[in-house]
Amino acid sequence: MASLKDLRARIGSVKSTRKITSAMKMVAAAKLRRAQTRAEAARPYAAAMRRMLAELGASTRGQDGLPKLLAGTGNDRVHLVIPLTSDRGLAGGFNANINRRTRDLIRQLQADGKTVRLLPVGRKGHDYLMREFSDLIVDHVHGSGGKEIPFSAAAELGERLAAMVEKGEFDVCTVVYNRFQNVMSQVPTEMQLIPLALPANDVAVSADAPVYEFEPGEEALLSSLLPRNLQVQLYATLLESAAGEQGARMTAMDNATRNAGKAIDRLTLKYNRTRQTNITNELIEIISGAQAL
Amino acid sequence: MPIEVEIVSPEKVLFSRSVEMAVIPGLEGDIAAMPDRAPMMLLLRGGVVELYENGAVTDRFFVAGGFADMTADRCTILADQAIALADLSVDDARKRLAALEASYDAADKMDVPALDLLMAKMQSARAEIEAAGGEAVKAA
Repeated sequence: MASLKDLRARIGSVKSTRKITSAMKMVAAAKLRRAQTRAEAARPYAAAMRRMLAELGASTRGQDGLPKLLAGTGNDRVHLVIPLTSDRGLAGGFNANINRRTRDLIRQLQADGKTVRLLPVGRKGHDYLMREFSDLIVDHVHGSGGKEIPFSAAAELGERLAAMVEKGEFDVCTVVYNRFQNVMSQVPTEMQLIPLALPANDVAVSADAPVYEFEPGEEALLSSLLPRNLQVQLYATLLESAAGEQGARMTAMDNATRNAGKAIDRLTLKYNRTRQTNITNELIEIISGAQAL
Repeated sequence: MPIEVEIVSPEKVLFSRSVEMAVIPGLEGDIAAMPDRAPMMLLLRGGVVELYENGAVTDRFFVAGGFADMTADRCTILADQAIALADLSVDDARKRLAALEASYDAADKMDVPALDLLMAKMQSARAEIEAAGGEAVKAA
């Protein structure tokens, strides 16, 4: 049986763990609020961009020589998969879900005879993929490390992807990320970035809408709008993933704090019982000693 | 009749109000957004967006390239980067221009799209210096 001293030490250590997890929960809650605000602030730009793309896409539909970002390379052979994970752990199933989803996607693509390349964003995904698919990894990008993501990070990644697709290094690009549904649940989602899937029948483009003028021209606009759109999409997924990470961490730490509380209650009960047993034992010894005289 | 003007950068909405007229630095020359204009989409160069009310400029924003979407009653400016003119820094822009010029000199002269991109960035940085310098003189 555990001695009283051991039990006291256990209770002490669980208490300090609870302090840490509850502090992490608070921090995650504050960061979550900020991440959500940022994700919302980025929405108008993305919405306006979608509207413009829908308009442009409608007026260039069916033309030859469309940019590769829109029309693809014409092949479906090499797939680039970009899993978005966090740099830090202790966020429940946040990273594990992405890793599992990525692994399934890779296996499925390979079974279909496609070549798969990987460009993991965030340390956790990279560490995992290094173990299982190290030969497929092209490169990796560090996550935000818990800090706020500047748009320039997404822009850099987007420029790189655009350059890669121009050189024909891949045909299809898919992002695997945690879509932020609410604080409690993040849904691992795959989104195809290249070739771009234009909204087929957008409500904004109605038949009686006035005809747009384009300056300097449809192709020129399209060819500079598309890379920008890629960056914006990436930025949006990065922000969602960041918000999701904080949400997942908050939930995980909330659970951990509650479990620590339960463990402390249990240990305290055991401690008190042990103490009482010890006292009873000592009393019995004294009394039986006195009776023997 | 006023026109709704929105200046949006990827990170946030900078300006959203109805004004009388907005003058926008288009790639092929400045263009004014006014009510009942035929719908138009255009590419922007680096330059200053001026917002007019009652015949006078009320706000100025520097935009470093981007797009604009004009309709009869609305004008959305999607700026790559947008800064209120008062917050510009000449020194920052000079430094950036110097860095761009260096990378332009070092760039592969056969890679036309990349050169075009660098040219556009340099133009934007020059416009930024001009915009910031103009404001600084006025303030002094």
